[in-house]
Amino acid sequence: MADEANPVLEARGIVKIFGQHRALDGVDFAVRPGEVHALLGENGAGKSTLIKILTGAYQPDGGEIMLDGAPVRFTDPLNAQGAGIGTVYQEVNLLPNRSVAENLFLGRQPTRFGLVQRKAIVSQAAALMATYGLDIDVRAELGSYSVAVQQIVAIARAVELSGKVLVLDEPTASLDRNEVDKLFDVVAKLKARGLGIIFITHFLDQVFALADRVTILRNGQLIGTRDLSQLTATEVVRMMLGKDLAYGHSALPVAEAAKGPVKVTFSGLGHAGRMAPFTLSLHEGEVVGVAGLLGSGRTEMARLMFGVDTADEGEITVSGKPVKIRNPAQAVMAGFGFCPEDRKLDGIFGELSVRENIIIALQAKLGWFRALHRDEQDEIAGRYADDLDIRAANHDMPVKLLSGGNQQKVILARWLANDPTFLILDEPTRGIDVGAHAEIVRTINRLREDGLALLVISSELDEVVAYSNRVVVMRDRQMVAELHGADITPAVIVGAIADNSIPTEAQV
Amino acid sequence: MKRQTLTSTLLRPQFAALAAVMFINWLLFPGFFTITWQDGRFFGSLIDVLNRGAPVAILAIGVTAVIATKGVDLSVGAVMAISGAVAAVMVSTGTPATIAIPIALLAGLVCGFWNGVLVTYLDIQPIIATLVLMVAGRGLAQLITEGSIVTFSDPLLSYIGTGALLGLPMPVVIALVLMIVTTLAVRRTALGLLIEAVGVNRSAARFAGISSRLLLLLVYSFAGFCAAIAGLIVAGDIRGADANNAGLWLELDAILAVVLGGTSLLGGRFSIPMSVVGALIIQAMNTGILISGFSPQFNLVVKSGVIILILVLQSPQAGQWISRRFVPTTPPAKRSAE
Repeated sequence: MADEANPVLEARGIVKIFGQHRALDGVDFAVRPGEVHALLGENGAGKSTLIKILTGAYQPDGGEIMLDGAPVRFTDPLNAQGAGIGTVYQEVNLLPNRSVAENLFLGRQPTRFGLVQRKAIVSQAAALMATYGLDIDVRAELGSYSVAVQQIVAIARAVELSGKVLVLDEPTASLDRNEVDKLFDVVAKLKARGLGIIFITHFLDQVFALADRVTILRNGQLIGTRDLSQLTATEVVRMMLGKDLAYGHSALPVAEAAKGPVKVTFSGLGHAGRMAPFTLSLHEGEVVGVAGLLGSGRTEMARLMFGVDTADEGEITVSGKPVKIRNPAQAVMAGFGFCPEDRKLDGIFGELSVRENIIIALQAKLGWFRALHRDEQDEIAGRYADDLDIRAANHDMPVKLLSGGNQQKVILARWLANDPTFLILDEPTRGIDVGAHAEIVRTINRLREDGLALLVISSELDEVVAYSNRVVVMRDRQMVAELHGADITPAVIVGAIADNSIPTEAQV
Repeated sequence: MKRQTLTSTLLRPQFAALAAVMFINWLLFPGFFTITWQDGRFFGSLIDVLNRGAPVAILAIGVTAVIATKGVDLSVGAVMAISGAVAAVMVSTGTPATIAIPIALLAGLVCGFWNGVLVTYLDIQPIIATLVLMVAGRGLAQLITEGSIVTFSDPLLSYIGTGALLGLPMPVVIALVLMIVTTLAVRRTALGLLIEAVGVNRSAARFAGISSRLLLLLVYSFAGFCAAIAGLIVAGDIRGADANNAGLWLELDAILAVVLGGTSLLGGRFSIPMSVVGALIIQAMNTGILISGFSPQFNLVVKSGVIILILVLQSPQAGQWISRRFVPTTPPAKRSAE
């Protein structure tokens, strides 16, 4: 554990504004020499914005950055790197087609009479890699080594160039167990050398294994900086998701009795390496909430269900009849609908009109030759736009001009126009304003009453509790728990996300 | 925006550009608008613009759909050479034109399908995928003609290039019919919307259950088919197949026609009739420079200048500037929101 030394890098009251949105609002952050400091938060919490400010990629709109106690201003990442702050990203930012040695010395090759000294590079590189416990041929192409080795080369380069602070941005995301251990050995060595290390990850167990302190952000606010030795995993999850257990929860879980017969069943659906097989049945008039941290497999599960990724095992039945779903078109035919997490990328057709965006899935289902007549289109778009209270000046304006909440409702309208039996909503309330938030939650409840089967993925536990008949919890790409009735409270969900200590009905 | 009225369509900058080019042609050559009736058909510079512009217009009809999907087809010029070569070699060796023509069209369709397979199943970028056939296709055409210019005297095949129907040159009739049929085919079915959806956001199209592969195969095949028609016209016109020169660089004119017609290379909204107007603008410029007596070397330079001007006029920024500057402060056309 690091002592109470002066921080090597410190940020005070950092503010960053994008348009109307305060991505960071007065955030303090400090990393001491010889400590591993984890930075945690859900998507959109402000982690990457903070890192980009600390490494010079963004300029803060307020607050100051101190390096070794003196205020500094980084104009760009190169500037920050020269000042001592090196960064290693999940995707290795090196040249895979050059040798390890060249990558290590790129841009600062030892020269004599203006000529690069190849032998010197190779011997220095080999010596350097040895200090990291790697005995590899540094003349071989970087790309011929595993991601873990490349990752360590990237770290070595960053440390050689900078040497005070090392930022590791999700370095373990594409590594397997042994590689993670290897990487951790390297990080421990660097820590002993007195570097300040900032560690960003989604894996809580790695945070506890490696880090000394943790700073947690939520919605651009600093939630707190703590010593990890005084925290439990549950407390960390609670801080990340913002659920104060002390006040309990008043919203009553939705009665389980109201639901109808089984509508869709996914049995043993899985994809090797991406998602452990899971079994889940959804009833008519039932909402199943999905909780889990980012990267826990919640989106992967939805993608398998909808055929966006093709499952390599398992079966799907709709109303008792087996169906084959190998692509989204087949899922649509089976009566499924999917509002994806990334609206802009996977959801809306920005240039097309509101009307066209609403009728497109129905038209795709009808096929090329049964074109919806313009009057039918107007009627369908009008009906669902009114139904969901989509606010657009007219239905022929491009959908990209609408607000995020209205765009989300347009995608919802698209699927409702298709008269679905099963609807998947992935983070339906992310990035939309509070008013539209409440409306979408109301809509979910109404759709349940209309007899739909819904699967709703959300990080907003209050919402999950408000509309779910059941909640399944995901961790490490597995379905680890299924909660019913009185168990559906934010406290129990947080506990299930954090550890194994509660009874589970996990499927194998 | 209710259904577009005829007036609002005719007010588009493309029509203004076409009118301007033709007006300049008239200044340079007062007989430009004179049309005479002779031997049962119309003659005149205007008819000539339509006739000479027909091959590019036909190519543009096919390429429009491809560009609307965010693709591009560089091979259509080479496919013209292939279809011309196939038809010419077949009729010159005694095959009746009634068989040679369908087979030449089929060859174009197969070429387009090949492009479609490269783009959809092998996931090659359209510009590279079609570049393959642009280069290889001409070689293929040369193989078919065995390196020589194959001439023929088949009346039906030359009728396609030089005949007349209802007083109009055959190429014009073909282009017109193809334009109308294609426009109806995409707008009276869901194809137009689905093509635009794939072009705007292919990932979202997938999530919405659109089978974009089938659509892409269709549009590339259709572009090949259109190119084959254009190839037959050019071959019929000279009563021979010249594998080296038939359709050379016409793919670029076709792409230009589509862009002049207002379809973005980034995909999405498209209009087949407007692409045809784009082709006519190009041909009107070519003809104008020819009849004005300038040396043809000027052609390319003048053309590029005019094209830049038209593209600038089309841009949204220019539209805003013009409406700020010249349109009095009338409220924007009111539409009842429902």
